[in-house]
Amino acid sequence: MNIYVCVKQVPDTEARIAPEGEGTIREEGIKWVMNPYDELAVEEALRLKESQADGEVIVVSLGPERAQEAIRMALAMGADRALHVVCDQYLDHHLVAKALAGAIQSDGAPAMVFAGRQAIDDDGFQVHLRLAHLLGMAAATDVREFAWGEDGVGVTREIEEGALEKLTLAAPALVAVARGINTPRYPTLPNIMKAKKKEIKQLSLADVGVAEVANREAIVGLVTPPEKAQGRVLAGEHAETVPELVRLLHDEAKAV
Amino acid sequence: MEKTGVYLELKDGNVKPTNFELLTLAQQAGREVTGIMFGDDPAATLAAISEYRVNELVHVGGLGGGGYQPELWAAQLAEVIQQRGLGDCLATCSAQGRDLLSRVAARLEAALVNDCTSVDLDARIADKPMYGGKLVARVRLAGDCRLYTLRPNSIIPAPANGGGSPEVIAVSADAVASGIKIREIVKDISERIELTEAKIIVTGGRGMGSAESFGVLKELAAVLGAALGASRAAVDAGYATQDMQVGQTGKTVNPVLYVACGVSGAIQHFAGMKTSKVIVAVNKDPEAPIFEKADYGIVGDVFEVVPLLTEEFRRALRE
Repeated sequence: MNIYVCVKQVPDTEARIAPEGEGTIREEGIKWVMNPYDELAVEEALRLKESQADGEVIVVSLGPERAQEAIRMALAMGADRALHVVCDQYLDHHLVAKALAGAIQSDGAPAMVFAGRQAIDDDGFQVHLRLAHLLGMAAATDVREFAWGEDGVGVTREIEEGALEKLTLAAPALVAVARGINTPRYPTLPNIMKAKKKEIKQLSLADVGVAEVANREAIVGLVTPPEKAQGRVLAGEHAETVPELVRLLHDEAKAV
Repeated sequence: MEKTGVYLELKDGNVKPTNFELLTLAQQAGREVTGIMFGDDPAATLAAISEYRVNELVHVGGLGGGGYQPELWAAQLAEVIQQRGLGDCLATCSAQGRDLLSRVAARLEAALVNDCTSVDLDARIADKPMYGGKLVARVRLAGDCRLYTLRPNSIIPAPANGGGSPEVIAVSADAVASGIKIREIVKDISERIELTEAKIIVTGGRGMGSAESFGVLKELAAVLGAALGASRAAVDAGYATQDMQVGQTGKTVNPVLYVACGVSGAIQHFAGMKTSKVIVAVNKDPEAPIFEKADYGIVGDVFEVVPLLTEEFRRALRE
C-alpha cells in the first residue's frame, strides 16, 4: 500500500512577515516549519499505515533546498521516504499540482493521498483538488474524520457552521484534512536520528513533466496592509464606559 | 461586451446575501452578467436577484434532488462557462464556493484566486490576503477564463437602477461518473450563524476561564444577532469547539463588528480577524496586545462588562 502525503514548508505562524522584492518575502529571521495542516495529514497517513500493518508512507514536496527540513520532520514523525521536487521559482496552483502528480506517478500507484486543507503561506485552498483531478481520484477537503475501507473510504467534512457531511469516496482517494482530525505526534530523538538516513529523492521540474513554466496566476505585488490607528481605551467606571461604547459603535463607527 | 458568470449559492433554497456582493461587482464592471444556479425551481432565485442587472440566468436542473454534489456540479459549471463563453466566473469564498470553483479550475486548467477582498475584472487582477492576512497579494490572472471567490463582506451590495428580468436558460444536468457518494448531512440543530459570513462576531479567549462562561457571550451574541467565535487558546483549553476557532489555523472572518472578550490578541489570532471593520476589546489586562489593534477597548473583567454591554445593546436596539 503506497500512501502519499503532500508536505509544504511555510513560515511559522508566529513569524513576522515582510514583503521584499517582487511578490516575495524577506526570508531573513524566519523560522520555517512544516505547514500545520500537513502535520495532520502526515499523522493520518501514519495511522493508516499502522492500522494496515502494511505499506509505505511517502512524502511528496515541492520547494527550494531548504524545504528538506520540513521533509525531514515528516520522516522523523515516521514517514518512510520522500520525493522532493526542487524548485526555486514561483509556480501557479495548476503547475504545483502537475508537478506533485508527476512525482507521484513516477514513483508508484497510490492507494491514498493525504494533504492539508490549505497552506498557511499563500492560502490558496486549491492545489489538493487540482492534484486529485490530475490523478483521476475522488477527493474531499476540510476532512475531520477518516476511515479506511476496502470498498471506499469514509470521511466526515465540515461544510458550514455546525453542519457535517459524511461521504464515501471511491479508493484510491485524496483527502485534505482540517484541524480536529487528530493530534500529530512529536518525533522522538531516536526517530529524528533515523530520519537522517531515510531517502529523499530529488527531482527536477523536467523529471516530473513540467517542461515549461507559464503561470496562470502571478503575484505582481505584495504589501503589508495598513496598520489600524491606535484605538481608544475608554477610561472610567463601567456604568459610564459601557453606554459610551454602545453610543460610539452606533454614532461614530456605525457598526450597529 | 465581456460576459461574467456569477455562481449563485443557495442555502435551503434561498439566495445567500453574499451573492449580492458578486452581482454588484460584475454589474459595476459593466459586464454582461450570467447568473448560474443549481436547483429545482428558479422562481425564488429570480425574485431574489430582481433588483440587480442580470442578463441571463442559467438554471441547472435534473440533479436528482439533494444538495451540492461536487463532481456533478463542477462538470456542469465548467460546461456552462464554456458554452456561454464566460470570461470570468465569480463565487462566494464559502466552503461550497471554494470547493466548486477549485474543481472547475482543475477541469478547465484555469486561473483561480480564492478569498479575494477586491477584484478588478478588466485588469484581471485580484487582491487577496496571504500569510493569514499578514500581507495582501496582488495577483494577475491569465487565460481564457478567470475564476475568483470573494471573501464575504468585501463589497457593499448596490442594486442596479431598475434591475432587470433575465432570460432563463434551462439546462438539464448530464449524469457524470462520480467517485463521491454523499451518505448523510448532519446539521447542528442550534442554527448557528456562519462565522465567515457574519456581520457581527463575539469571540471568547482564554480569559473566559471555562466552557460554561461562554454562556455570557452567547447572550450578547443573541442580542446582536452575532456569530460566536473563539481564540485558539480557548479551543485548546476545551472551552469552545474547533469549528469556532478564529485565526490563522482556524477561520478567517471579515465582519463589520468584532467583539473580542478575554482575548489577549496573539499574532495568529489577529491574522484571522484583522480585516474586521470595527474591533472592540474587553480584557482585564491593560497590557494585552489586543488593545493595540482594537478601535475601542474597555479594561475590565469580562463577567462584569459583558452583561452590562448585553443590557445596554438590548436597550439601545429597542429604541
